[in-house]
Amino acid sequence: MLTRRNLLKGIAGGAGAVAATPLCKEAQARGAHQLPDDAVGLLYDGTLCIGCRACMSACKEANDMPAEHTALAIGNYWDAPLDISGKTLNVIKAYRSGTATHKDQEQDGFAFTKVSCMHCVDPSCVSACPVSAMTKDPHSGVVHYNVEACIGCRYCVAACPFNVPRFTYDQAIPKISKCQLCQHRMDEGKYAACAEVCPTGATLFGPVIDLKKEIERRRSLTPGTQTTYPRGKIGGTDSFQGPVAHYVERTYGETEIGGTQVLHLSGVRFELLNKPPLPKVAPARISESLQHAIYNNLIAPLGFLGTLAILAWRNMRPKREPAPAGTAAPGPTKPDGGAP
Amino acid sequence: MTAATTSHHPEPAPLGGRIWTPFTGVLALLVVIMLAVLATRFIHGIGAVTNLSDGYPWGIWIAYDVVVGSALGASGFTVAFITYILNRGQYHPIVRPALLTALFGYVMAGASVFFDIGRYWEFWHIFVPRYAQVNSVLFEVALCISAYTLILFLEFLPAVLERFGMVRIRQKVDRVLFLLISIGVLLPTMHQSSLGSMLLVFGPQVDPLYQTQLLPLLFLSSTIGMGLAAVTVEGSVTSLALRRPVEGDLLAKLMRVGQFLAAAFLIMRFGDLAARGQLGNLFVARPLVYLFWVETALFAAPVVMLLGPAGRRPSRFFGAAALLAAGGMLYRIDAYLVAYNTGAGWRYFPSLGELAVTIGLIALEILAFIIAIRVLPVLPKMSRRAAPDPA
Repeated sequence: MLTRRNLLKGIAGGAGAVAATPLCKEAQARGAHQLPDDAVGLLYDGTLCIGCRACMSACKEANDMPAEHTALAIGNYWDAPLDISGKTLNVIKAYRSGTATHKDQEQDGFAFTKVSCMHCVDPSCVSACPVSAMTKDPHSGVVHYNVEACIGCRYCVAACPFNVPRFTYDQAIPKISKCQLCQHRMDEGKYAACAEVCPTGATLFGPVIDLKKEIERRRSLTPGTQTTYPRGKIGGTDSFQGPVAHYVERTYGETEIGGTQVLHLSGVRFELLNKPPLPKVAPARISESLQHAIYNNLIAPLGFLGTLAILAWRNMRPKREPAPAGTAAPGPTKPDGGAP
Repeated sequence: MTAATTSHHPEPAPLGGRIWTPFTGVLALLVVIMLAVLATRFIHGIGAVTNLSDGYPWGIWIAYDVVVGSALGASGFTVAFITYILNRGQYHPIVRPALLTALFGYVMAGASVFFDIGRYWEFWHIFVPRYAQVNSVLFEVALCISAYTLILFLEFLPAVLERFGMVRIRQKVDRVLFLLISIGVLLPTMHQSSLGSMLLVFGPQVDPLYQTQLLPLLFLSSTIGMGLAAVTVEGSVTSLALRRPVEGDLLAKLMRVGQFLAAAFLIMRFGDLAARGQLGNLFVARPLVYLFWVETALFAAPVVMLLGPAGRRPSRFFGAAALLAAGGMLYRIDAYLVAYNTGAGWRYFPSLGELAVTIGLIALEILAFIIAIRVLPVLPKMSRRAAPDPA
């Protein structure tokens, strides 16, 4: 008889064990990824941004991206993206409330924010990609995309909690588009075009450690007093004097899904800028820990396969002579194998 | 030869009969419509025929064709497991139809992936170690599903070889069949649970009602239930359509197992929600919660319907199987599409083109099944002793 008990017995040795393994262990077996030593990134300080979008146009040029025509571009004469897309890697967006008369004010005010790849310390896109098209540089920490490897499955697009990798749905030969921190310009001794061109130092390029120190410095100053802001890249020669802004408590990117190499400061709450809070633990870490626990050196799957093979062989071997009593499955059912 | 010749079961035999009927004609028409949509897709890109976006990069071609389709295809491995691993030889008559259903289900899933991925000509990267990314759940799923589809072909091969009288090869295949069957149970156990794990990396983008580390177990248990339900529905429909007696005892027993798995699914699901402190969120008025309760009802109904001796009646177990399969389908669609939210402003509902492809693939599957049972030895030969079904 096929009974639940028998079924359970059969499953218990294998399938159940395979699937249940992780539940018995500490689920976050894989440690958190650490920031690479030479990690570089961006600091975007929304209080310094004037919304000129010079960074958007410089990004298009530096990365050879096509213009994007939207309802904003009357007559389709110029590039006017509303969001990042298969054609646009970087966008400055505005928040506005009521009369929108005061900068960095939540009521009757306005504020700017930047949308581009956050270059996560533990990126979901890299963990998701089945063919190593998304990789994280072990030194600079830049999250790269290799179109040659990509199969276009869009698991990275679905996985990214910042909704960053984008896909060219309108192309017969499509690809993923995402900011790669102008890696090609870094190779030439230059740095991210968006930071290089920013007239107010709102987008600042530099080693992540230095960017974090700069954030601490700005936070330690008294709002309203004057200070010196670096422009372009941190540690460069270009700087200017400006008033110290009032910042909200949170630095976006400090802890989000294990931290990012692009960090945001803001005068208004990040929720208003469409940057909702995210958990501190990277989903990639949870996913990989569970997978590693189940497929730990394939021990459980191979053990399960061995059990299955022994049972199947015993049940399906040609029966030239009656099986000795007790070797085959006991009970009212006689062994009855054979090919399907 | 194998013990099959000494078995008390009627041997499988081709049904024969006409292939082209008005019904199969309609199926063929649906396939032609699908091909027209696919031509547009391959010439003008995915955006030309789908409603996919960067907020919903995956639609029904993945959530239905792959995730649901392959889960219904679990019929093959569950029946093979019961018949050969648990040694319940009485299930022999339904092994071949179950394997065939599984084979078509997986081929359909594979075809759909090919239509869906943007850079389909690079698909072979999955199989090349240079590109392998072993931390990716999708890598494991893709590799496993491909390997299993191949195994399903081999498992079904004896039927084809038998049809064309290739005794020698048939004997060779029979000798390794135990290994094929074993791998054919291992692989779906792995990738069906991983189809649940695939959602883990989406993190907070999947609603907390659905996002849990129990996803692999929830997917595996519901898959087995869906596979058994698919065999039961397919077996009952085939019997009715061909005016043959329903394999009532066998299917009733299968659905007992299905009943158990549906109950296990519900217990795990609610236990997990309770452990994560989510029970309170089940009473908030919003669409996903309504769908959650519909799923729960669809899983609970078979558990109740099959209680007691009344559960052996064909009408009962057929209804229970249909509800269980629907529950598993809805759970998957909800987990992959409805519970998924990447941020404000994104909407998804499948386009006519997406629906045409999914419907076309289902039509192709049914058409292929009809042709296969008519020309290949799949269903048991009808003997005179088979009494007409009383139901």
